[in-house]
Amino acid sequence: MPSQLINMPIADMLSISPTYLLHYLPLIVAISLVFGATRHEDTALILKHSFHTARWITGFMAFIFVVLAFISWLI
Amino acid sequence: MQLEDNFIEVDNIEIDLRNRKLAALLAWLIPGAGHFYQGRHTKGSFFLVCILTTWIIGFALGGGHVVYASWQPGDRRWHYALQAGVGAVALPALVQGQRMKHKTDADGRTMPSYRPLWGGFMAPPYRPVFEDRADEVSAWYAVHGAGYEMGTWYTMIAGLLNILVIYDAFAGPLAIPISGRKKEDADAKPSASDDDTNAESSAQTSDDPN
Repeated sequence: MPSQLINMPIADMLSISPTYLLHYLPLIVAISLVFGATRHEDTALILKHSFHTARWITGFMAFIFVVLAFISWLI
Repeated sequence: MQLEDNFIEVDNIEIDLRNRKLAALLAWLIPGAGHFYQGRHTKGSFFLVCILTTWIIGFALGGGHVVYASWQPGDRRWHYALQAGVGAVALPALVQGQRMKHKTDADGRTMPSYRPLWGGFMAPPYRPVFEDRADEVSAWYAVHGAGYEMGTWYTMIAGLLNILVIYDAFAGPLAIPISGRKKEDADAKPSASDDDTNAESSAQTSDDPN
């Protein structure tokens, strides 16, 4: 049932402790800023590019998470 | 836009890359140092903070044992090739690795006379190391758990990011893909029609010698 999937706590969908997700924060900040700064010289453009990169990577990972959670629910 | 050998213009900012090879070497030795040498202080600060912080967090997560140089059966530490991308901070591992190499006997065992330098900082594990037996590496895994794996990834990613930084110090910012440039043009000129935007993008593309 999709409602069961929606009501399922996120912690139950993860095979690891949710606190491990905190490891994601410094990585995404560093990767986004370095990506942005190696493509621009202007600080405002660097920050804008970094924000787009962070949003894209986060969105992609969220999509993969939803797909895996759905497959897990099917199984 | 290429102006001269060492002068480029990006985002309407003219950059003097000075001695490119020296800048690249400095960028490898200390992330951001090449940019400081070129007078690009803001970017240098970004790189220094981001890359070294990532590397140090990873090193701490792995209990200080994730960075070491070893190429023995059962312990081929290929990760070090990427971790070494951050330059000077990873170099003690080479010294320790060389020291261990000279104190390894013909059977691949660490000699009893071996003493690591600096309290074992970046020293390889005692040999032999087997994937399926209890040894020093498995002890590190047991103590630090997933942190050991995570620390290895953090330090490798920091090294990989510094490769981008070295390129930036040597040749300036990477080219933005054509699709990205189209999007930026559209953002910059929201009132322009699609035809105008496409025409401008095509003109930029044809101007680009690459």
